Amino acid sequence: MSLVNFTAREITCKIVYYGPGRSGKTTNLHYIYGRVPETRRGRMVSLATQTDRTLFFDFLPIDLGQISGFATRFQLYTVPGQVYYNATRRLVLQGADGVVFVGDSQARQLDENIESLQNLQSNLLEHGVDVRAMPLVMQYNKQDLPPELILTPPELDDALNFRSVPSFPADALHGRGVFETLKSVSELVLKKLAAGSPAS
Amino acid sequence: MTSSLNPRFTFETFVVGAANRLAVTAGRTVAENPGSAYNPLFIYSGSGLGKTHVLMAIGHAAKTIASQLNIEYLTLDEYVEAFHAAIAAGQGDAFRRRFQNVDVLLVDDVQFLTNRKEMQAELLRLTEALQQSGHQIVLASDRPPAEIADLDERLISRFSGGLVVDMGIPDYETRVAILRRKAEERGSKFQPGVLEAVAKVEYPNVRELMGALNRLIAFQAVNDMPINEETVRKVLGVPTAGSPTAGSSTVASPTVGSPDEFSQFLSDVTVTVGKAVEAWRARVAEAVMRWEGEGYRTGRLEKLLEQETPAAVDEAIAAYVQDVERLKTLEAEVAVLDPQAAGEKVFRDPDHMEAAEAAAAKVREGAAPPPAPSAAFPLETYCAGASNEVALNAARDVIAKPGKKYNPLVIVGRSGLGKTHLLNAIGVELARKKHAVVACLSTQQFVDELIAAIDGNRVDWWRARYRRATALLLDDIQLLAGKERTQEELFNLFNHLVDADRQLIFTAPAHPNTLEGIEERIVSRLEGGLVAEIAEPDKDLRRGMLERLLTQHRVPVEPALLDYLADRPIDSVRNLTGIVQRIIEAAAAQDAPVTAGLAREVLEGAPVPRRTTGLRTSGIVVSSAGGVRSREKMVWDWPTSGDRVIEDLR
Repeated sequence: MSLVNFTAREITCKIVYYGPGRSGKTTNLHYIYGRVPETRRGRMVSLATQTDRTLFFDFLPIDLGQISGFATRFQLYTVPGQVYYNATRRLVLQGADGVVFVGDSQARQLDENIESLQNLQSNLLEHGVDVRAMPLVMQYNKQDLPPELILTPPELDDALNFRSVPSFPADALHGRGVFETLKSVSELVLKKLAAGSPAS
Repeated sequence: MTSSLNPRFTFETFVVGAANRLAVTAGRTVAENPGSAYNPLFIYSGSGLGKTHVLMAIGHAAKTIASQLNIEYLTLDEYVEAFHAAIAAGQGDAFRRRFQNVDVLLVDDVQFLTNRKEMQAELLRLTEALQQSGHQIVLASDRPPAEIADLDERLISRFSGGLVVDMGIPDYETRVAILRRKAEERGSKFQPGVLEAVAKVEYPNVRELMGALNRLIAFQAVNDMPINEETVRKVLGVPTAGSPTAGSSTVASPTVGSPDEFSQFLSDVTVTVGKAVEAWRARVAEAVMRWEGEGYRTGRLEKLLEQETPAAVDEAIAAYVQDVERLKTLEAEVAVLDPQAAGEKVFRDPDHMEAAEAAAAKVREGAAPPPAPSAAFPLETYCAGASNEVALNAARDVIAKPGKKYNPLVIVGRSGLGKTHLLNAIGVELARKKHAVVACLSTQQFVDELIAAIDGNRVDWWRARYRRATALLLDDIQLLAGKERTQEELFNLFNHLVDADRQLIFTAPAHPNTLEGIEERIVSRLEGGLVAEIAEPDKDLRRGMLERLLTQHRVPVEPALLDYLADRPIDSVRNLTGIVQRIIEAAAAQDAPVTAGLAREVLEGAPVPRRTTGLRTSGIVVSSAGGVRSREKMVWDWPTSGDRVIEDLR
């Protein structure tokens, strides 16, 4: 995917929300959907099972309008978290400009988090992308749960964020940390674009 | 001076809602019982909420109930203007009487009383007089009396003594009702929900609401498809207010985070994008957007974006802008010469400058200047005398200060007295000035050109040709009689030129107000300048002319001949020319010198047929090349009726 098309004066960012099943990826998108004015958002496509589990992926296009003369669009995707949908995950990851890793803060979900993170790494490699080159942001969701059930952000950082990427405690259901995460990943993506383009 | 009531503004066409019910009820009451219910009635509201409508509706309703009532509607400005005109004309008392006899006086835009002490005094006097005689006065303003700055206390108390009502912004239901009624009036149909969506937008006044409706009607007409509720916002360009939960199946509760999260995010991203997209690309992209928005082709700039590291971006943009400026100049120049050609695409394409230059050159060549004055009539050869002194002096003034002193100058006089000569002479002098474009032609030619322009669908071009004239000189203006379209065009041209201080000169056989078939508005404008009359040539003038004519023909000027000819009662310059011609021809035929005796013989002895006089037109057709063709001069020796009787007797 072409991130910046100077001829058509377009910037398109594909951001993928990745993470284990039930960590709150779709919830992130729903929250954003609710905050974006109708005129700026497209239809949110959500393919879910009867129990509201993402079957294929969620897709939310956002039109940010003209920025510095460029029509700027963000495309937000989620992947299905369940283990057996790996083919879908790999497909959705294709051409991603940035990834938000939505981790589940519950202590008992730590292994799933680690597994998903490894899965992300291997799927990116499949596309020939080094995870170190991919703009990545960590979000530790469900921080609103009772403290005895969850790990604190520093603990999660220790366990998951060995590359020290930006990380955000979140409560996606109520919106805490959602836009901070999106803003952070956007900045990384756009900065990478600046670094990757020839200097004037 | 008084505006007439707009027939569309009646109570029947006014949509009443909670915000204006009181004003309408009061208005109706006043219309039913003028002078006795609320006097004065003072209505105020913001702009575009229907003050004028209600004011006029009161007038209509009062007139319907009692048709004998004398009703006047006017704005305060019109009132002031009328007052000043009356004072200037020394008719102040008549002005006061006129308004005191009005049964229902409707005054709009009273807020303009600010800083007009004398008008406040006048209005106070009038209000008192009207109230005393039981006549109604209704005033409308955009603010209550007490808030009109600098308003006389007595007026405030007078206005407040009646009834002061305000009209607010219509509520949603009223807005829907207004939109429905207006859409119906225009014969436009909308899908259900569309007008409601428009009404949801809180426009500050009804006028803007109507503007929105107009846009929808236009959009629907252009796109030939019905608008739905969703497209309304797009068409009207209304930004949607962040409505976090509306219409979405969000699971997020809006309790956390401000509704402006997205705006905040957007502004952050804007900063990041600005930094990320290299500055030069952003500059180019912005230039592309700007010029594309103005309708210029931007191919050249877009090519810059395709390159990895283009050199000298700023220079490239500057060169592009320079080309665009040149195109603008060309387009403006062409617009003056030929408005139709100005719209051509070639003036919007900076990538093909040569084509634009060529197109402009073509228009320049094609744009024939308006007919110029004939050089055959120089001012030096125009003989002065008491009979044309006024006209000649006026001509000199006009030449010295074109457009400033006498505008228009109308030269009147019978045929053959030299009007055309003087007109062309002034034209020649005016044309000597820098950048002068003098249009000098006969009215007949003017009419013919317009007809040709209408025929060739080039009226714009024709108009533009005359509009750029620095002076317009029309001979024989009486020929406009009955030519309605030409009068219309001349009226507009007249106003345009006079407004721009360009000189206008006309000739006519008699005072404009005696000419038949010329519209009043043109007559009044002609009379508004200076009407200078040329009388029959006096003896001095005749003498001067003769001397010049004889010298021209290389005839020795014999005092006896001069005296004899100058003493003859000749009623026009043209006849004088004819007589000299005849004598010279007779002399040539007889191979004798031109003497007084010969002249006497020619003029009194053998009756040589002479021509009639009294044609209404000058008959001289002047070509812009400077040549003169005069059908009358060619046949000047037609017999007069007196001579013809003698001929017949023989």
